[in-house]
Amino acid sequence: MSEHTQAVGWTREEMASRLAHDIPNGSFVNLGIGIPELVAKFVPEGRTLIYHTENGLLGMGPTPAQGEGDPELINAGKRQVSANPGAAYFHHADSFSMIRGGHIDLCVLGAMQVACNGDLANWSTGKPGAIPAVGGAMDLVAGVKSVFVITQHCTKNGDPKLVERCTFPLTGLGVISRVYTDLAVIDITDDGFQLVELSPGVEFDYVQERTGAALLPQQSD
Amino acid sequence: MINKQVSSAGDAVKDVFDGAVVMVGGFGEAGSPIELIHALIDQGAKDLTVVSNNTGSGEVGLAALLKAKRVSKVICSFPRTANSTVFPDLYNSGKIELELVPQGTLAERIRAGGAGIPAFYTPAAVGTPLAEGKETRSFDGQDYLMEHGLKGDFALIKGRVGDTHGNIIYNKTARNFGPIMAMAAKTSIVQVNEVVEPGGIDPEVVVTPGIFVNRVVEIASPVYESELVAAGVSYP
Repeated sequence: MSEHTQAVGWTREEMASRLAHDIPNGSFVNLGIGIPELVAKFVPEGRTLIYHTENGLLGMGPTPAQGEGDPELINAGKRQVSANPGAAYFHHADSFSMIRGGHIDLCVLGAMQVACNGDLANWSTGKPGAIPAVGGAMDLVAGVKSVFVITQHCTKNGDPKLVERCTFPLTGLGVISRVYTDLAVIDITDDGFQLVELSPGVEFDYVQERTGAALLPQQSD
Repeated sequence: MINKQVSSAGDAVKDVFDGAVVMVGGFGEAGSPIELIHALIDQGAKDLTVVSNNTGSGEVGLAALLKAKRVSKVICSFPRTANSTVFPDLYNSGKIELELVPQGTLAERIRAGGAGIPAFYTPAAVGTPLAEGKETRSFDGQDYLMEHGLKGDFALIKGRVGDTHGNIIYNKTARNFGPIMAMAAKTSIVQVNEVVEPGGIDPEVVVTPGIFVNRVVEIASPVYESELVAAGVSYP
């Protein structure tokens, strides 16, 4: 069994680190809940990013030390955070004006499915009995200048998350520009999925077999 | 002399009527006006439409209002939260109506409602199931949805300090929906840790001007939802 369960590709931390290296100094960034939150831990030294959380804080800092938090200083995942020097609080309409008005440079989100035309599904499986909950995802993808997805390449069942067309309910149309998975970094282009980089030891065919649409090979410079 | 201070949470919510649209501030427990919500449970108004980002957790605050069967409809962006069972049970048994709204659209609908703007266009949710039945219009080659402003009969809000004219400042990310709900409701009720005399808040730092606030009630040491849930409290 061991040869089947052997880890292939990047870990979650390595995925987050790979993405973090692509964010320019001084960017205003909104990180979604889950793997996207890890990105903040891997920002290269010498770069300062300003984190926006849609519940009303620009200049979000790390988790406070035990006993030093405030239940009313939280992030969008409702976990306690801190406010960095230079931070600002604001109400929800202002917060989403920052998002919708194109003032936030980058948003990093998780995904259930990403299609080769940039469509994203990440809020509902559409199954009966599931409680529908959307939060700010639809506003973020519609308004932020660049939206990256960070996700495992396949579901736990081995189904591709990068697909020809999303089958789950959509979050937004043509909104994703780049995807970071455990296997590769892939751009969404007018021609579909375009390989940017393979994780170490992973072959092109291995990624193509696990991708639900055509993958264009890496372009040489 | 203007004095918007009322003596108790019970007095503050005494005229909430059956069928009212009640906007409830808060994002999770940050800014959730627990004492005002509990007073509303005691008061007994029913068939309410609640506008709020979440639906509460455990069996206190907003979740307790739902559990007491006082709410027939919620207008909400994220009705699922950790420790949230009341809403899922009501929803799955068909006992409550849900209007699911993207969070930024919810905020802008409330802001518009308070600003005298009946409708607006937003790019959020275009092409998704939440666009069904809504007018779509193209501006400069991009599609937008028409969304309507949202008004309330009452707003229940939590601030940190208020003066007797109704000027309010908030605590950190507890500000969230408070300022816009205060604008959008006919009767806006704010609980604050401390009520001060006019002049007690620097006009430069007032967040919600008193014109948007009808009643202020002092709740010196408000409880937090997470503490009540951790202690196993169920209200009433």
